Amino acid sequence: MIQIEYMLIISAVMMCAGIFGFITRRSTLAVLLSIELMLNSADLNFAVFNRMCNFGGNEGYLFSVFAIAIAAAESAVAIAIMINIYRMLKGIQVDKLEKMKG
Amino acid sequence: MEYTLLILLLPFFSFLFLGICGKWLSHKTAGLVGTSVLGIVTILSYMTAYAYFTAPRGADGTFATLLPYNFEWLPMGNLHFDLGIMLDPISVMMLIVISTVSLMVHIYSFGYMHGERGFQRYYAFLSLFTMSMLGLVVATNIFQMYMFWELVGVSSYLLIGFYFTSPAAIAASKKAFIVTRFADMFFLIGILIYGYFVGTFNFVEAGADGQVVDTMGQICGFDADAAKFIPVALGLMFIGGAGKSAMFPLHIWLPDAMEGPTPVSALIHAATMVVAGVFLIARMMPLLQSFGTIGGHTVLGIVVWVGVFTAFYAAAVACAQSDIKRVLAFSTISQIAFMMVALGVCTELPTGHHHVGSLGYMASMFHLFTHAMFKALLFLGAGCIIHAVHSNEMSAMGGLRKYMPITHITFLIACLAIAGIPPFSGFFSKDEILTACFAYSPFVGWFMTAIAAMTAFYMFRLYYGIFWGTENEELHAHHTPHEAPLVMTLPLIFLAIVTCAAGFIPFGHFVSADGQAYDIHLDWGVAGTSIVIAVCSILLATFIYIRKRQPVADSMAEKFSGLHRWAYKRFYMDEVYQYVTHRIIFARISKPIAWFDRHIIDGFFDFLAWGANALGYNIRGLQSGAVQKYAFVFFLGILALTLLFLLA
Repeated sequence: MIQIEYMLIISAVMMCAGIFGFITRRSTLAVLLSIELMLNSADLNFAVFNRMCNFGGNEGYLFSVFAIAIAAAESAVAIAIMINIYRMLKGIQVDKLEKMKG
Repeated sequence: MEYTLLILLLPFFSFLFLGICGKWLSHKTAGLVGTSVLGIVTILSYMTAYAYFTAPRGADGTFATLLPYNFEWLPMGNLHFDLGIMLDPISVMMLIVISTVSLMVHIYSFGYMHGERGFQRYYAFLSLFTMSMLGLVVATNIFQMYMFWELVGVSSYLLIGFYFTSPAAIAASKKAFIVTRFADMFFLIGILIYGYFVGTFNFVEAGADGQVVDTMGQICGFDADAAKFIPVALGLMFIGGAGKSAMFPLHIWLPDAMEGPTPVSALIHAATMVVAGVFLIARMMPLLQSFGTIGGHTVLGIVVWVGVFTAFYAAAVACAQSDIKRVLAFSTISQIAFMMVALGVCTELPTGHHHVGSLGYMASMFHLFTHAMFKALLFLGAGCIIHAVHSNEMSAMGGLRKYMPITHITFLIACLAIAGIPPFSGFFSKDEILTACFAYSPFVGWFMTAIAAMTAFYMFRLYYGIFWGTENEELHAHHTPHEAPLVMTLPLIFLAIVTCAAGFIPFGHFVSADGQAYDIHLDWGVAGTSIVIAVCSILLATFIYIRKRQPVADSMAEKFSGLHRWAYKRFYMDEVYQYVTHRIIFARISKPIAWFDRHIIDGFFDFLAWGANALGYNIRGLQSGAVQKYAFVFFLGILALTLLFLLA
């Protein structure tokens, strides 16, 4: 029997990797991937808690399915934004977005 | 009586039509539209009056009060503001006065305003004024009256400032508006106090079975606390009325209002609007008589003394003015003060013995009626004269009788009427007022008789100054005065006929304090005295002013030069106001407050804005535009919060 802690450690590692990628990567695409990674770690948590803590329902699974669907929609929006950024700035490097400063 | 609504709606639509479409209409069309609408309104008013006064009297011998329209316009808790039309003897009488004078002025303006720029606008404003004034007199409640009261003030402002390129007219219109607004503020406070304690604004209510119930006579049920406030409310209302009716010391706007076109002065500042205050007091009479006492003083007593002083003051000033419209303006103030005094001397409820203590009510309304006619006639006549010599100053006139025969005769009739010579209308109404004053106190009676003598004197000084006396031959040779066109003389002739005939109207049968028919009988003691005194004054004026050279007048002016200058300067009332407003209110109160506002209040908010600005400028570096830095800070924040919650 795999302990719940192991699964949570995996999810925590995924989350940290996502945060790290989000902060450090230069390409907007990679940033998007990092966001997906963080989302997936959260989904994993839902599934794990539903499986291991035995609440007697399937809400955790349902939520992870929801989250995956929403992540898909969100990435569509993100890609659309990226295309616009590319058109305007001729590139999708994050550091090119400094026009947003005050 | 459903058609009475049209009396209000027709001038209103005419105002909208002329105001909006006026610039596409020719002068003639616009004038014809305004005048014909007013003609219809006049016919409707006469029909209303005929139907109202020929209806059978009630069991108590009074004409029933009618409410053809009344609907709840704005409910507010227990109170509700209504709009409607109420017909009772005085409002029907006012309908006649307003529509007649207004129609005459409309016709007359065709000639007087011929070719003026803004002719259409002029007729639009006249319609607005007529609508407001008619709405004021048929109001079913004090609040509706107040709304139309303000509308009347606005249209008066617009018409005084009609010649908007003249700085004097602009200043006069502002002065009129501000002074009357200042008085109306008290009126509004009075209305609100009244509504709070009485619980209704209505003069009458529609009862259950279609009967009209007099609410003012039935408000005795309130407690002692309220009884203290009702006289205060009534006193505040009187201040509003005094402002509109130009009672001392709120009279200062009326002489300046003569800057407006002369027909406007005839309509608004002589015949109709300025008697609104008198009408208000007459309307509130049942309350004033029953509840107007506080600490041994009555509101009506104040009305009497304000009226007596104003009548004297205005008559004294009128004796020394040289601008003919100013003389007429002060004579108007004096005559309105007569009406006020007549209302003030109504000390007793008209129950019990017939009319002894409340003759003044009928007298005041009668004088309002006759005065409206002959004063409109005087102003329209003055308009013809100004039209002929292009000046308001008496020095440009003199000897005009041979140039303008019709104006001369009609003006003379009006002067005789205002002087109180029988059989002209002013004699009858003034005699009733004097009788009422003598019944109140002999002092007031004699004093008012003396003022009536002054009236006769200054009116004939004016008459001789215009039509006889020293002719300004140089000016008249240069530009020969000529009689006004028919469209201007016809209203004069009509009003002169009314002035000759109005005294024989059995006015007491229509309007009296208790509503029952009352036969006016002349008290020959009073009437004889006033005739003798008036004739003496006229003879005195004739002696002084009829000839070309006026040594008596000159030597009098020389001898009493101080007094003459004081009267000419209107006893420096305007200067007193100037001093009080500019030196005391503006300099001592407003300036420090303005300084406080500009430096302390504004400074505080400027400081806030400056602080926010500086703070933002200093931290704007944080908004670097590097998205990932934001994310980093965000995650750090989450981490910090998580730790905080875990450890706490």
